[in-house]
Amino acid sequence: MRFFLRRFMFYVITFWAAVTINFLIPRLLPGDPVSALIAKNQGRISPDATEALRALFGLDQDVSLWQQYLDYWGLILHGELGISFTYFPTPVTEVIQQALPWTIGLVGIATIISFTIGTLIGTGIGWRRGTWADSLLPISTFFSSVPYFWLALIAISLFSVTLGWFPASGSYDRSLIPTWSWEFVGSVIYYGFLPAMTIVISSIAGWILGMRNMMVTVSSEDYVTVAQAKGLSERAVMFGYAARNAVLPQVSSFALSLGFIVGGTLVMEIVFSYQGIGYFLFTAVAAKDYPLMQGIFLVITLAVLFANIVADFVYGVLDPRTRQEG
Amino acid sequence: MTITSPFGQPFGDPLGLPLGQPDVRTPALTPVSDPVLEIRNLSVDYGYDGDPVHVLRQVSLTLERGEVLGLAGESGCGKSTLAYAATRLLPPPGLITGGEVLFTDRDGTTTDILRLNDAQLRASRWQDLAIVFQGAMNSLNPVFRVGRQIADGIRAHRPEVSQKEALERSAELLELVGISPDRLRSYPHQLSGGMRQRVMIAMALALDPQVLIMDEPTTALDVVMQRQIVEQIADLRDRLGFSVIFITHDVSLLIEIADRIAIMYAGEIVEDAAARDVYQRPRHPYSSALLHSFPPLRGPRRELTGIPGSPPDLSKLGGGCPFRDRCAFAFDACSKVNPELVFPDVPGDDPRRSVACLRHDPAAVRAVGEQPLPVPPELSAR
Repeated sequence: MRFFLRRFMFYVITFWAAVTINFLIPRLLPGDPVSALIAKNQGRISPDATEALRALFGLDQDVSLWQQYLDYWGLILHGELGISFTYFPTPVTEVIQQALPWTIGLVGIATIISFTIGTLIGTGIGWRRGTWADSLLPISTFFSSVPYFWLALIAISLFSVTLGWFPASGSYDRSLIPTWSWEFVGSVIYYGFLPAMTIVISSIAGWILGMRNMMVTVSSEDYVTVAQAKGLSERAVMFGYAARNAVLPQVSSFALSLGFIVGGTLVMEIVFSYQGIGYFLFTAVAAKDYPLMQGIFLVITLAVLFANIVADFVYGVLDPRTRQEG
Repeated sequence: MTITSPFGQPFGDPLGLPLGQPDVRTPALTPVSDPVLEIRNLSVDYGYDGDPVHVLRQVSLTLERGEVLGLAGESGCGKSTLAYAATRLLPPPGLITGGEVLFTDRDGTTTDILRLNDAQLRASRWQDLAIVFQGAMNSLNPVFRVGRQIADGIRAHRPEVSQKEALERSAELLELVGISPDRLRSYPHQLSGGMRQRVMIAMALALDPQVLIMDEPTTALDVVMQRQIVEQIADLRDRLGFSVIFITHDVSLLIEIADRIAIMYAGEIVEDAAARDVYQRPRHPYSSALLHSFPPLRGPRRELTGIPGSPPDLSKLGGGCPFRDRCAFAFDACSKVNPELVFPDVPGDDPRRSVACLRHDPAAVRAVGEQPLPVPPELSAR
């Protein structure tokens, strides 16, 4: 119990630090949201409205940084993230609520697929190293070392433009109404296939390589030899003894990569014009949209923290040695 | 002088066989040979390329039923390779290049382990021949409970046994080696080194194997634990009747537990004799030197000599005796012919013992046109 209490304290402190940094960083950025908003609307907002906008965004009062900080905490704890400057007058929470499921759905599933397939392939290659299967390694590593945006553009030009198999952008057929109908879900899968595939292809090498190397290391452990000497079946030795231990570091990197799903897909969402959280973050930064930016950063932070908690928990389940106290 | 261990058991003398005292152990060398495991001309190379290192060269060894056979030698002489090769667990780049490992079952059927197919090999492992490895610390899977690891070996061979029954059997096995059955639910990291090694022994006994190969089972443990484990093995052998190949570099330990001792040097067996004979009447210069490199605790004082030089580079062995450069009794013929195991040239010796030294093999010396030299008194003690 002390173990979990200590972990919990650790996460509380991390959360506090993350929120504080999250609060400070946008304030260190040069520039001014009101002039950005006016510039964005290209003359449709009269410069006379500047003062009104400043008042609306709360920029007219001269509040000390400390007071802003305290207000920020108060609002966060009430789930209040302010109003987006760019999508004015939509509240930030609503913008995030719209964007988050798309990112988590697409990138989450792609990451899980990549992890599962990559780990299985790595298990096989590591177990039978020195066979033809080893040639998969340089191929997959090639795709992961290609810059992602380039890989995505090639995929678009090949599968969307030349072959016309998949749409080049968007997340569903705009003529459909978003409901839980088969037609709509099918459209989402159809639109999501190409981005998901590029994510899998570019990230799978890491999983293969990590698992393969751990398999090679673990295969020479005494307990694997003992398992062989016990006459267990090849499958039992490979999965129960070798892979079961080799997967431990994979699990922690997997949990971390789950945390980065929310923030790490900026490039994909821009290339495929996919309206996920990365796409909104990009527009928010471009428009000096502090509330949205901070809101998204906060969500990213929470996602990473949550993934860490999950990793801690899963690791504790998988490896009895980490459960020990002290 | 009797030293008492912290556990109240008197320490035996590691060399507890002073001259002239009767051997208290039951003699396992029965007149009728009933071998359970015969290793014949086993050769192992390391390296796949054109220039492999011959780590084991034509090693032959016979393990009689119910016997404890000690296998001793310096680090790198091929002791462990022999154990791994005989069980076909040799990791790459090791390659078995020839020989036979004949296992004779209780009903008298003999199989060559090296020629079993994968399924037969899997079925034979642990059932016929179990191994306890050197690294007690790493021999247990860290993520499974101890009970599960004993039970999965049982269930792999007896699919009809339920998990519950297998765990009950595991509990019995733990009791057999003196560990409380509630330890079944422990993870390996919750056990001490000695307990882990006991768990490994319990695990090895799970299917009542006929042969137990123990590869330096006590090396990582302190002397108190070593003694307990060795006594336990001897006790279990008496109760369960399995045969043991006990591999170690610690000759003093072997003299206590083994019925017979085989001394290895540079990938070959150089002497094979009853434990008492090896200790009191070594016939090979290397055995003699090994025995003079540690002090006896009882009995007459001996001069400690050690062995000059270092083991030969196995990749650079030419013809001739591999020990000649370090041998006090080497002569011209030793660089010309590699001695084979023969009956020692000492009248009245046990007819079952053998030694690979040209001092004992005048015929081989004459065959290369050299003058044989007599056996020196150091190698012909009565």
